[in-house]
Amino acid sequence: MPRKKIELENIVENISILDQDGNVDKALEPKISNDDLRRLFRAMTLARRYDERMLKLQRQGRIGTYGPALGQEAASLGPVYAINKDDWFVPSFREPAATLWRGWPIDKLILWWGGNEFGATPPDGAHDVPICVPVASQVQYAAGIAWGCKLKKNGGVAVAFVGDGGTSEGDFHEGMNCAAIFGAPLILIIQNNQWAISLPRKKQTASQTLAQKAISYGLNGLQVDGNDILAMIYATREAVDRARKGGGPTIIEAVTYRMGVHTTADDPKKYRTEDEVDCWKPKCPLARFWLYVKAKGVVTEKDREKMEEEIQNDITAAIERAEQYAPNPLEPFEHCFAEMPLHLKRQLKEFKAYLAATNGETSSADGNPENLAGYSKHLH
Amino acid sequence: MAQLTMAKALNLALREALQEDPTTLIMGQDVGQDEGVFRITENLLKDFGADRVVDFPVAESSIVGLAIGLCFTGIKPICEMQFSGFGYHGFHQIENHISRFRNRTRGRLTCPMVVRMPYGAGIRAIEHHSESREAIWAHLPGLKVVIPSGPRNARALLKASIADPDPVIFYEPKACYRAFKEEVPDAPESMEIGKAQVVREGSDVTIISYGASMRPVLEAADELKDEYQLDAELIDLLSLVPLDTETIMASVRKTGRCVVVHEAPRNCGPAAEIIARIVEESLEFLEAPIERVTGYDLVMPFFNLERPYLPDATKVVLAARKVVNY
Ligand SMILES: Cc1ncc(C[n+]2csc(CCOP(=O)(O)OP(=O)(O)O)c2C)c(N)n1
Ligand SMILES: [Mg+2]
Repeated sequence: MPRKKIELENIVENISILDQDGNVDKALEPKISNDDLRRLFRAMTLARRYDERMLKLQRQGRIGTYGPALGQEAASLGPVYAINKDDWFVPSFREPAATLWRGWPIDKLILWWGGNEFGATPPDGAHDVPICVPVASQVQYAAGIAWGCKLKKNGGVAVAFVGDGGTSEGDFHEGMNCAAIFGAPLILIIQNNQWAISLPRKKQTASQTLAQKAISYGLNGLQVDGNDILAMIYATREAVDRARKGGGPTIIEAVTYRMGVHTTADDPKKYRTEDEVDCWKPKCPLARFWLYVKAKGVVTEKDREKMEEEIQNDITAAIERAEQYAPNPLEPFEHCFAEMPLHLKRQLKEFKAYLAATNGETSSADGNPENLAGYSKHLH
Repeated sequence: MAQLTMAKALNLALREALQEDPTTLIMGQDVGQDEGVFRITENLLKDFGADRVVDFPVAESSIVGLAIGLCFTGIKPICEMQFSGFGYHGFHQIENHISRFRNRTRGRLTCPMVVRMPYGAGIRAIEHHSESREAIWAHLPGLKVVIPSGPRNARALLKASIADPDPVIFYEPKACYRAFKEEVPDAPESMEIGKAQVVREGSDVTIISYGASMRPVLEAADELKDEYQLDAELIDLLSLVPLDTETIMASVRKTGRCVVVHEAPRNCGPAAEIIARIVEESLEFLEAPIERVTGYDLVMPFFNLERPYLPDATKVVLAARKVVNY
């Protein structure tokens, strides 16, 4: 028998609509109201300024290690703009732009990185899941959420995020395979920012693209210019429409770049060149979007100045509120189970006695006293 | 002799292993070009090349899973899990294969590998980066579980673990990586796995611990001596599997009083096993019930609340005095 070629149904396309000089592909340009363009531009600016301020806070020791998302604002924001409030948002850990768009107060994001569970609590009624640290594990529950929407027939979809590094984890493969089998309305955005800490994209997978992984699961995949918010919105809208009509999941590979450090504990000089970073600077998603909204007359220079000032004030106020926050030290006991079992009641008693004995002053392992005086007010 | 941090001492052990045994290979995320997120593999890629120091994709199950196959071909893998919190991604390969191949094949296929993992709290890290879950590994038959507490024993125990014919979970207290320095001899040094150390002799109470918790224990012993004229005998276990019951029994039979300290949660934790063995073998020598100072049976709090949830000198002193004043 002769060898035969198997014609695969799925192909991988690449989409880009707005280039770095502000040129627009009119055929693909998504319809977005002027009001929404203004809101989106403000949201992208907020995400950028938030990141910059967080890096400063980290340097001043006012939060812990921080993982910035500089340069990835469009890849994060576009997809959540394309879904409704009732749809689900499942982040990885580099989606502050999307999280803020979904209505999380800035304070909560600061509190998360400041080491407080309160920063992981979704706003009441939100169909949002908090930051996920174990790489790619979120793909599994994202697939479950999307499948649940299908079973409940509520018309909902889920937009989830994962990194290029995350595509190497078993959870990514297993989750997408099952999502495809069950026709789950899931749109998975792979933020391909070219790096997974020090490992470059080409050492992460031998595949030519990340989008093509979709083919092996029998689902839709496409590659999008991740620094182009219009292309991200266009591609997600298409995938969402298909998913709502029962067309199953889509993988969208957003080609972008991690402009900053992996986290503030990381030193990229050890593994990548400044030249490489410089190449990506002209592709900045915010600069590009600015050319677009300015050319449309939707945001003027003056509007922008005012917007920038408001944003800085909002962030400053959020930092102040976050720094006022005093966690109740007993909360870990209260939230481990719906009802506290006896063994924890005993341990709680022991813990309270310890706090009382130390008067809120405990010493750290390296001998530096740490003032926990604020805690004692929660004791009774 | 050089004064080294634990990070440098571990690096020295790895360098020696690569030098002494051409079949050794280091594999893990960011261990090559980046030299490890804690810099434990500093200069090793440079000096030994990319065939011996291998940067891995973000795939823990593959790190330990492929390592099994490497073992069968005569390679000795030294795996790094970037944080113990991500070791669970490799759990099923470790439980279903690594711990069992020797038995299943009656010794014909074995997994003489080391899986290094930084564990524990105290570095203001984000979620999933601060847990102490050594009990999980100690519960799996067929694995050794080694936990150093300082630069010198870290170097010697890592060397011993690499030389060991069985798989070793090498649990590194990351809070100690750069916390203090110690004299580490220039000449290669090894230690027997499964031997505890009496790090301070005393007659009033035995305090048993290991890893990062040895630091508050030492602090507590000073306070017990200075403030309460109590001489505590301190045992650093260094290995949970095998557990050195001889050293434990000798000390407890002498003092008749005992406190066990660890960061891990209490329920089914190492202290439970240690106390059970003391009860089995030395009950009649006890003058007082044994106390445990451990993590609580709770999800590890985010770092802002972490401190009071950890064992510290105050908790150890309270427990030791309770046992002595019984
Ligand atoms: C399961 C797991 N393994 C390792 C880590 C440590 N880690 C945090 S981020 C990261 C790289 C992730 O790369 P990628 O998925 O590309 O996301 P990016 O950081 O680029 O946004 C690693 C290895 C982790 N958080 N979870
Ligand atoms: Mg990445």
